[in-house]
Parts: sequence; structure tokens; C-alpha cells
Amino acid sequence: MTELLPQNQIDSFKARAAAIAHPHELIVDLLRAIQSHYGWVPDDGVLLTAVTLGILPVEVEELATFYDKIYRRAVGRRVIHVCDSICCWSTGAEMITEHLQKSLGINFGMTTADGAFTLLPSCCLGACGDAPAMMIGLTTYGKLTPQQIDEILLKERAAIAAAD
Amino acid sequence: MNAYPQVLFKNRRPGETVLLSEYEKAGGYQGLRTALKMSPEEVSTQVKNSGLRGRGGAGFPTGIKWSFFPVDQPGEKYLVCNGDEMEPGTYKDRQLLLADPHQLVEGMAIAAYALQTPVGYVFLRYAYEDCSLRVERAIEEAIDAGYLGKNILGSGFDVELHVHRSAGRYILGEETSLLNGLEGRRPVPRSKPPFPARSGLFGRPTNVNNVETLATVPHILTNGPVWFHTLALSPDGVGTKLFGLSGHLNRTECFELPLGITLREVVEDFGGGVRGGHKFKACLPGGASTPYLTAEHLDVMMDFDPLEVVNSRLGTAGVTVFDEHTCMVAVTRNLNHFFARESCGWCTPCRDGLATVSWLLDRIEFGQATMDDLAMLKDQVRNIKGRSFCALAEGAMGPVEALLRLFEDEIKDHIKRGGCPFAGK
Repeated sequence: MTELLPQNQIDSFKARAAAIAHPHELIVDLLRAIQSHYGWVPDDGVLLTAVTLGILPVEVEELATFYDKIYRRAVGRRVIHVCDSICCWSTGAEMITEHLQKSLGINFGMTTADGAFTLLPSCCLGACGDAPAMMIGLTTYGKLTPQQIDEILLKERAAIAAAD
Repeated sequence: MNAYPQVLFKNRRPGETVLLSEYEKAGGYQGLRTALKMSPEEVSTQVKNSGLRGRGGAGFPTGIKWSFFPVDQPGEKYLVCNGDEMEPGTYKDRQLLLADPHQLVEGMAIAAYALQTPVGYVFLRYAYEDCSLRVERAIEEAIDAGYLGKNILGSGFDVELHVHRSAGRYILGEETSLLNGLEGRRPVPRSKPPFPARSGLFGRPTNVNNVETLATVPHILTNGPVWFHTLALSPDGVGTKLFGLSGHLNRTECFELPLGITLREVVEDFGGGVRGGHKFKACLPGGASTPYLTAEHLDVMMDFDPLEVVNSRLGTAGVTVFDEHTCMVAVTRNLNHFFARESCGWCTPCRDGLATVSWLLDRIEFGQATMDDLAMLKDQVRNIKGRSFCALAEGAMGPVEALLRLFEDEIKDHIKRGGCPFAGK
């Protein structure tokens, strides 16, 4: 099993926490670092954050459970956030969602059998001029059509394979 | 399309980001140089005289906000840029930061000097990693050039800026919730008063402004408040505004337009008209929380005061257009689901009220509603408005209230038919 975060990053967060008056302000940064390295934030990730910053686990958990882009359950290698807010909805987001669900063979909240993708609905991604839109990882894709989605998924799958 | 003066977008080129050298060549950082030759009070007065109103949605006069700030109070004081931009239909700050991020850095340096806040935070939403990277690069360039850091441009004043990357949730756009988010506390809103100017980040005086607001400040310092007044088309309006167009338009892009431009010109000229040759039915004039406008409002001027006259708001000027085949119950249902999901759960009118409104709108849309449900919907709006802890639920009621005011017949049609009259269209 992969480590939650490389030791040098833990040390760097410890040093930063010691140098500032309010170590709590690093909670989101550290949770995001763990998620970026480990894929999501398990209970041990909450604990590691608390220990590293010298604060209580509950102070971390009350943030981890609040933000919707901190994953407290296991997710696939890439999380797909499909926008369902007004601009995307009015320009075909439901059709886009259906296509994604069919191509991936999963519904919202599920992960593909090969562990590649988790599909989640999302509020507005700030890509309203390029609706309908989705975000995979931290990359936003707009003006989606079913054909484009197929190409994007192929590209993302290739990127996952290349990283292994 | 009329060619209007470009201020924030004057350097914008598709797919490119302006770097420091180009920004300086186009007159960048002249505003900061001008400001540093003045006293902090004089800088605030320039902004106050410009009439600039906040671009984040509420439209509060920026110079007045600054005038409340305890500039002379010793100890830590903070400047915060609100780049949460999560209101559906709003994507203008992203366009600004992708195109020309030094405007924000310069604006923050000027604001920091005017308010004597040597430490600033740029709060950016999770989805805007592209913006975070560009702002960080601009900050680095500005430090190397002496516009940020110790003793900026030999003025004896220090400014340091930090980028905070958030992790989702619309409520962070509420300024006190954002401050909790920056502190690493659960980001529910705080009670006001005390206002952030008295007790904000870490309990210290804090000034919070939107990205576009701060990015406008350098231009006011460079060209003067009188120039800023000449930019608007409305008699009492000032300045230009970024309009993000979306929905059923041929051209869904972000344009910098003079305040006071008519909705018709925005929709027909800049938006290229309703797509597919369809008719304009309604629009959100300034994001998901602004009450609808209909075809009878096409000649209304897009500015703060004229839109209030027609019971709406300029908000963020994210204009989302709907054609005549769109069910306004379904639109309102979608908007309300957003607000209900993004409610932080702190207060009952928002947590439970928005869920109830969603349930009622579901019943109407899917043909399960009776006239009693319509009466209950009206009750809910009355009971939520003015009774929630922060502005989220208040904003959520904007479109619902407008649905009841402008499209009650459409609601009744759903109830009578036992289903959506637009289904399958």
C-alpha cells in the first residue's frame, strides 16, 4: 500500500506549521496534498494531518467532511465531476451524464470495475460559457459532445496506464 | 456589435496569459506608482470618488467599504481577495485571471497600501487551478520586479500575497465563511456584526473584495475617477463590467461592456441572439440568485439601480438566457437544488427550507402537486426570506419569488395537466 504522504512533505508541513501562529490554516493544504498523493483521505490521513499540524483530529474531520472536493471514501484514479448546474443543464448536461454513465457502466457515486474512474455530480464549475462541462481531476473540459467524451476518456485511460 | 472601451480586457488574447513585461508595456503598474505617491487616504478617496461598486454580486460601493476600515489601528490587518466565484452562470473572474492576472496583483498592492494591510490572501476555488497557477506566477514576477515584497518601489511599505486553494462549496463565497475557510475552521458563516473590517481573519481587521473589483482599482488610479464615470452608458452608472453570457445564446462568451448597456444589446448583439432561431423567454441577469427578467425587460439598462427598479439585481452580471421551449419550473427547480445542496446547514430556514422548496418544485414539475402545494411554496418563500443566517437562502429565493411573480400561470398549468407542459419539447 502506498504511503499517505512522502516523509519530506510531512516534514515540510511540520516546519511550516511551527513557523506560523495559526497552524489550522494549513489543514486544507495538507488534506489536498494527501489526496493528491494517495488518491483520497482515509481515517489515517485525518490523523496524520492532525499530528503533523499539532491539532485535534476532530478539527481536521470537521473540514474534511465539509468540503465536497475532499474525498473521505476511496475513489478511482480519476474523479469525474459532471456539472449539473443551470448553464450546463440548459445545454444538455443530462444527455452528457447519460452518455458518461453508459460508457463507464456506472451511476453517480460509483467507481468503474478497473478502478479508473469515479463519477460524481458537481455544482457549477465556472465554465458556463463552455457548457456543458465536466472536470476530471483538476482539468476542466467544456463544450462536451458524446464523441468528445469518448476521446477524453481514452486519453485519460492512456494517461493512467502511462503513470503505472 | 458596438466597439466599447476595453479596460480589464484590453490586453486579452484568446488562449494566452499576459506576462509582466507585456503588462508593463501596456501601462501596467502605473496605478501602483501613482498610488504610492499619494497618502493612503488619498488613494481611498480616489476609489470612493470613482463610484466603483463591488463586482462580486452585492454591489456595495468599494470606496465606502474602504472608508470603514481602521487603517491606523496597530497590529495585524489583512486584505483578502474573494475568488470563490461559484454562483452558477458566473465565470468572469476566471476569464480575467486567465487573461491578465497582474491586474489583480497590482490592485491588491494598491489596496494593501490604501488600507495599510501588509498581508493579503487570494482565495481561489478548487476548480480554478488554472487561475491559481497564473496568479502565483504573476506574484513571483511582481516580487522579482519589486512591486511586491519588502519596501515596494522604495516606498517603505511591505506587501506579501498568498494564494489559498479551496476545496469546494459555494458557501465559501460568503465573506465570513471564506474567512473561516482561510483560518482552517469549518467554513460556516459568522454573525455580523462584528463586520470583518473590525474583526475578520484571525479576529483582526480584514477587508474583503472580489477579483474584478480589485483588478479595476489600478485603472482608476492611472486614469482618474472622472474617466471611470465616462465609461458607463447609464446616467448614474460608472465603469465597465465583465458580462459572462451563457444558456441558449449563439455566442456564450465573456465580454467587457459598459454598465447601462441594454439587456437587448447584450442578448442580440453580443450573445448573437437566441440560438436555433428561437425566441427569448427569460434570463437570469446576474447569476443563479438574481430574479428572472423576461422579454418585456429587454430594454432595461444592465446596471445596479435600473435592475432593482424591475425587482431584480445585477449580481455578478452572468447572463443566462432561456428560450421559449424552456420550462421555468424546471429552471427554478435546478437552481434551487443547487442552493439546497450547497447550504452549509447552519440555520434552519436554509437547511430545511430550501429542501422543502426543492420537494415542492419536484412535485410541481412531475405533476404530483395540488393548489395547496402552490400555497405552501408561497409560504416557504415568505418564511425563508429575511430569516436565514446569511445571504445564501435569501439569494435562493430570488428565482423562486420571480417564478411566482412572472410565471404563476406556468405553475398552474403544471398542476392542471398533472405534468410538465414542456416535456418532450
